[in-house]
Amino acid sequence: MKPQSHLFKENAKKALNDANLARALNNMKAGFQDKRRATIAKLPEFQDLRDQARDLKNHTLENLDFYLSRFEDRVTEKGGHVHWARTPAEAREAVLEICRSVDAKTVTKGKSMVTEEIGLNDFLIESGLTPIETDLGEYIIQLRHELPSHIIAPAIHLNKEDVAETFRENHTQLDPNRRLDQVQDFTDEARAILRQKFQSADVGITGANFLIAETGSTVIVTNEGNGDLTQVLPKVHIVVASIEKTIPTLEDSATILRVLARSATGQEYSTYTTFSTGPRRPGDLDGPEQFHVVILDNGRSALLGTEAQDTLRCIRCGACMNHCPVYGSVGGHAYGWVVPGPIGAALDPGLIGLEEAHDLPNASTFCGKCAEVCPMKIPLPKIMHHWRVKEHEAKLSPPRFRQGLAMWAWFARRPRLYRLGANAAIGMLGRLGAKRGRFAKLPLAGGWTAHRDLPAPSRGTFQQQWARHKRSQAPSSS
Amino acid sequence: MGQAQALSGTVIVMSTARDQILGGIRKSLGRETSPSRQEAEARLANHPRNLIPQRAHVAVEERLELFVAQATAAAASVARVRSLDEVPGAVSSFLAGHNLPQRVKLSPDTFITGLDWDGQPTLETDTGKAIDSDLASVTGAVAGIAETGTLMLASGTDRPTTLNFLPDNHIVILPADRIVGVYEDGWDKLRQDGDLPRTVNFITGPSRTGDIEQTIQLGAHGPRRLHIIVVEDAA
Repeated sequence: MKPQSHLFKENAKKALNDANLARALNNMKAGFQDKRRATIAKLPEFQDLRDQARDLKNHTLENLDFYLSRFEDRVTEKGGHVHWARTPAEAREAVLEICRSVDAKTVTKGKSMVTEEIGLNDFLIESGLTPIETDLGEYIIQLRHELPSHIIAPAIHLNKEDVAETFRENHTQLDPNRRLDQVQDFTDEARAILRQKFQSADVGITGANFLIAETGSTVIVTNEGNGDLTQVLPKVHIVVASIEKTIPTLEDSATILRVLARSATGQEYSTYTTFSTGPRRPGDLDGPEQFHVVILDNGRSALLGTEAQDTLRCIRCGACMNHCPVYGSVGGHAYGWVVPGPIGAALDPGLIGLEEAHDLPNASTFCGKCAEVCPMKIPLPKIMHHWRVKEHEAKLSPPRFRQGLAMWAWFARRPRLYRLGANAAIGMLGRLGAKRGRFAKLPLAGGWTAHRDLPAPSRGTFQQQWARHKRSQAPSSS
Repeated sequence: MGQAQALSGTVIVMSTARDQILGGIRKSLGRETSPSRQEAEARLANHPRNLIPQRAHVAVEERLELFVAQATAAAASVARVRSLDEVPGAVSSFLAGHNLPQRVKLSPDTFITGLDWDGQPTLETDTGKAIDSDLASVTGAVAGIAETGTLMLASGTDRPTTLNFLPDNHIVILPADRIVGVYEDGWDKLRQDGDLPRTVNFITGPSRTGDIEQTIQLGAHGPRRLHIIVVEDAA
């Protein structure tokens, strides 16, 4: 997909004025945060598991070439095929070639962020195929021609009324006066319609939560069961996955799976965790006749060995965005690319370029909640900080900001002058604001006062207060 | 350019992509071979366990209780019978309890087909993979995993995967002695059996979605109901 991250500021502003979006995002606290907290409280080893998950993923990344080629060997041994793709275009071509080889017309899809990344659906449509998203959230946004706004809850930006409108517009074969106001109404309707699609699909495409080097298995984790119907019913199963999904063993998957669902939805375990190893075996009554894995790099290998390497530990649980005050206010679309929220702010500049995505690492209060909840212990604020430094070096930040920073730095390197200036400025602000106790408007501080008042300083600068404090604490000499 | 040339051209491109990706990884990591390569080889060969949660370290009877409690918490229903003889009756009463037709699709697994289905004259049975019109299926399971109330099912010539997903009601017959503590125990069981099956499904409760306003709704695409019949003495 074509990134729109350069429009972040504009789109964030629009999002902030969208009452409907605010209402939808408001569900996140009860839906995600509270459930996660309650489930984690029941597992005393959770923090230790995070440490192990981090370490085992670091070990994997250090040996990624080895584990990837082992994975390839095992897939091939089991009768599957591995296709390597450096770029989204190569991945799309690989998928299309497989589809063409079986003369496919309809393709069902499980939820996969990497196929969003490579813009697979539009490409398949242009090539004359019909891709059908089967995850309920993905299905809804496909009907609406929108992009996912959350990596595990793609339609989180919508309310029931929005979905009702979409279903009425698209499911014209159904009674226009049918009831559509309970969540079950929507689920049943989508289930019935998608059942027919599952049965008629020639190819099923899923992503992968993990690629297991030991066995050549691909793993998907879902709650709906759509991913399983996608891969078990058609003749061909294509898995599209990026290189960093690799982990060594089945035991290692058990460890990461213990932190995944708990962090994502606050479930102890997701409903379905499925390990697929090769195509159907002789004598099997069902399962795909062909099994293909398309392995995508798209800039990830270049992140190894850099300050952004830790982002490759991400298991796409969504906990960072579920707890982010910025994501919670602007939603996912404003970020302008597949991966939004704090992990997007840390990952996207590395994948789509700093010039495109340099605003994203600034969309953070640095409250640190994202790193606190990340099951893989990715130091997200630290990586965002790294990109901010890069942004500054590349002169991508606004000129006024850089000038201000340069001015501040000039003073900061001259402590005596700095103190003198600060004392004068704070003293003046204190006197000017003494009467009302606050400023509703202030030159050069419009960015602050546009949204809230600035309290007038009444007790001098921090350094003055600190000096007073120390004097009052000093032992008397008598 | 002829077809053969075009095809071999593709092959070259693919192998280049592979080598470039793997070479790119090595270059970024600043090395030709990894210092921890031996460790990596050993990890694949020995597949050591990582940290195992304490909650699974319980006596056998408690493990059963933990499994039942966790499966129930995940919205599965659990019935307990004493012996395999009681299973067909328990299947029939589950169907009756939900006003469902007395009709099931059985897994071809002899463990399932070998039960005394004829003893339930009102219950219609059929055997094979699932089709869209099947309302209820009956399968076995490799293991029940106590730590999260999870079932582990594996595909095979007599164990089609569609039975686990297409019917609205999935009934699983689980002998109590197949209940293990943790996922790793399940993998050990499968490793003992030999070749890893094509599909291994871990199933925790019935299908669900939270995609609309984060309200959990059961029965998204897979079964609306997951019913587990635990057989206390399946010998």
